[in-house]
Amino acid sequence: MSGGVDSSTVAAMLRAEGRNVIGLTMQLWNQRRLAGHAGMPESVQGRCCSIDDVYDARRVAETLGIPYYVVNHEERFERDVVRPFVEEYLAGRTPIPCSLCNNHLKFDQLLVVARQIGADQIATGHYAKVVFDERLNRWLLKRPADKSKDQTYFLFGLTQEQLSRTLFPLGGMTKPEVRELARKHNLVIAEKPDSQEICFVPGGDYKRFLEAYLAEQGDRPARIAEEKIAGEMVAGEMVTSDGKVIGEHAGVHNFTVGQRKGLGVATGSPLYVIQIKNDTRQVVVGKDEELYSRTLRACRVNLISTAELREPMRVAVKIRHKHQPAPAIIESAGPDEVRVTFDEPQRALTPGQAAVFYDGDIVVGGGWIENSTQ
Amino acid sequence: MRRVYLDNNATTPVLPEVLEAMRPYFSEHFGNASSIHHHGQETRAAVDRARESVAALLGCRGSEVVFTSGGTEADNLAIFGLANFGLGPGEHVITSTIEHHAVLNACKHLAKYRDEYRDETGCEVTYIPVDGRGLVDPADVKRAIRPSTKLITVMFANNETGVVQPVAEIGRIAAEADIYFHTDAVQAAGKIPIDVNKIGCDLLTISGHKIHGPQGVGALYVRKGTQLEPMLYGGSHERSRRAGTENVPGIVGLGKAAELAIAGFERGDDLKMAAARDHLERELLEIEATGLNGEGATRVPNTTNIYFDSIDGEALVIALDLKGLAVSTGAACSSGAIEPSHVLVAMGLRPDRAKASIRFSLGKQNTAEDVDFAIDLIPETVARLRELSPVWPKSAVSR
Repeated sequence: MSGGVDSSTVAAMLRAEGRNVIGLTMQLWNQRRLAGHAGMPESVQGRCCSIDDVYDARRVAETLGIPYYVVNHEERFERDVVRPFVEEYLAGRTPIPCSLCNNHLKFDQLLVVARQIGADQIATGHYAKVVFDERLNRWLLKRPADKSKDQTYFLFGLTQEQLSRTLFPLGGMTKPEVRELARKHNLVIAEKPDSQEICFVPGGDYKRFLEAYLAEQGDRPARIAEEKIAGEMVAGEMVTSDGKVIGEHAGVHNFTVGQRKGLGVATGSPLYVIQIKNDTRQVVVGKDEELYSRTLRACRVNLISTAELREPMRVAVKIRHKHQPAPAIIESAGPDEVRVTFDEPQRALTPGQAAVFYDGDIVVGGGWIENSTQ
Repeated sequence: MRRVYLDNNATTPVLPEVLEAMRPYFSEHFGNASSIHHHGQETRAAVDRARESVAALLGCRGSEVVFTSGGTEADNLAIFGLANFGLGPGEHVITSTIEHHAVLNACKHLAKYRDEYRDETGCEVTYIPVDGRGLVDPADVKRAIRPSTKLITVMFANNETGVVQPVAEIGRIAAEADIYFHTDAVQAAGKIPIDVNKIGCDLLTISGHKIHGPQGVGALYVRKGTQLEPMLYGGSHERSRRAGTENVPGIVGLGKAAELAIAGFERGDDLKMAAARDHLERELLEIEATGLNGEGATRVPNTTNIYFDSIDGEALVIALDLKGLAVSTGAACSSGAIEPSHVLVAMGLRPDRAKASIRFSLGKQNTAEDVDFAIDLIPETVARLRELSPVWPKSAVSR
């Protein structure tokens, strides 16, 4: 229970069904920790794990008459979500912390705690569906009724075991219906605005967060990546796709594939980041048409609707959260690796983001975008 | 569902006799103790009787007792009251690493200007470490003394382990060096006899709700002649050491709780409680891969703190609560999530063991059946948690 509308309504729905419900909130990040560091405001009004959100969740639990606890997972969150987030940016990729949090915290650590305290399943406020398919003898993850709220992109890492113990009660509802239900249950958070940004990055300014986190870590003996702690260590050249040096940059973490603004170079035609080379710390820029690729390699793949990819499969592939899934063929390219070939070239395939494969509403699986070839 | 409460170091239920003593002081005897008329005299007399009862519990005079809103205020009054008077720029305070946050954070605040702004005018604080048993070595305290040392504050009994500190020895050291000595006796009061003259302290804190009195009331013993500045300014209540209209029902409740504590010692209740605690402890230590925190040290009779390897203490507390048993682990942060105990970490416990530790604390209301309930419930709950734990060696189960 985050203290928001979705998870609160889930608790109310399950309670109304007469189920034995226990409310849990995960304490994941201390917002005050980086306050005052490297340009972060002294008083941070972040959303994640704020006292106000816990207060809201607690009031909802009290209204529903269910037991409620806050569980501390700050250590795991930092190890499995925050550090990889920082390291991915320093390696020139564009990470998705929400997927890491789902894989390592919500459907792993939290599920263990839930089972330890006697619960059989966990229910969350994600917009997705989970169903058991008798014929395939597999648990399936499916897109929700409210396509505008579809969160399956962040859930592709769920295993069969995790799916078998998960409930997504909002899968068949639209957001307005959820709010209406929250009002009907007299939940104090019924009108609370949706959260949008990365929960531990206040104001959505990830660059400032990275700098503050690195500054904090720099004071400590246990540095996250010895050679990368100082900003200048990730600085490098800005080059064109044919290798011409046209300027310098202050760090690969400032760039995302497809980015146009803030390149710090002026030329006649619009320039975009088309590739970030971690080994040479070069940021490759070029014209819009250079951003398009037909193939990508997805690593650390998790398959859901099928145990393995014996032969090439026709699917639609989503390469970022707001991307319209594009028709493609997927085929196995080694253990845990899948090669994706799109019918039409796709713009800005971004290493660090996920490629999620869909067969209609069914999530076939997904993996992490490693590289693309033009 | 049957509910058993074994978290009496967090708070205790108000005993029926205490509630009865308090009851007339809400509506019937409602006077302001500062008023000169009949109503005021009635409550003034009740406050003074309570003061004598608290004095009897501590072995001091009534005039040396200052009522406060609780243990935290009493600790703060001791530290900042002296700070305003005897403590100033460059002066030095000695405390321990295992104090309650009411003392730790007050000391941290004293040193704020020196630590955070590198300002030489701030106070300096020395934190004396503890050994593996959770004990402060008085020799360490003695070595830490400087010409500028103005205050030593070391707790009487620790809230998490129950370990009793060598306060009398520290008191002697402080007296020899002519340094103020404060002890937070919140977890000692009512559990073991206290005599301020045997301890040799100048200031001592107790809290009402830890001794079966009400929440929101406490007291600070202030040795006669100790110069103490108030933290709250207003009327001349409590001999101008704590302004504000007295919490008369609370003070009456604290007084009654003190009387009952004294009667309990006379009956030998503390020995009975120690026997019940020892029984619980022995049975729980029968579970494999467990151990006692604070082993080898003298402890108050109601507390035991045990680690259960490969277990997340937080999950065990929740699992037990859902089955009706209230116990605790670590310290709750502002959200209610649990942070690893600074006390166990200071004792040198491995971080995973600090997180796997649970505190059980008995109260006067607990029965032998309560202890048996815990003894029945805990082994199976621990086994379930371990079965599902990613770090518990499964082969060990079948051994």
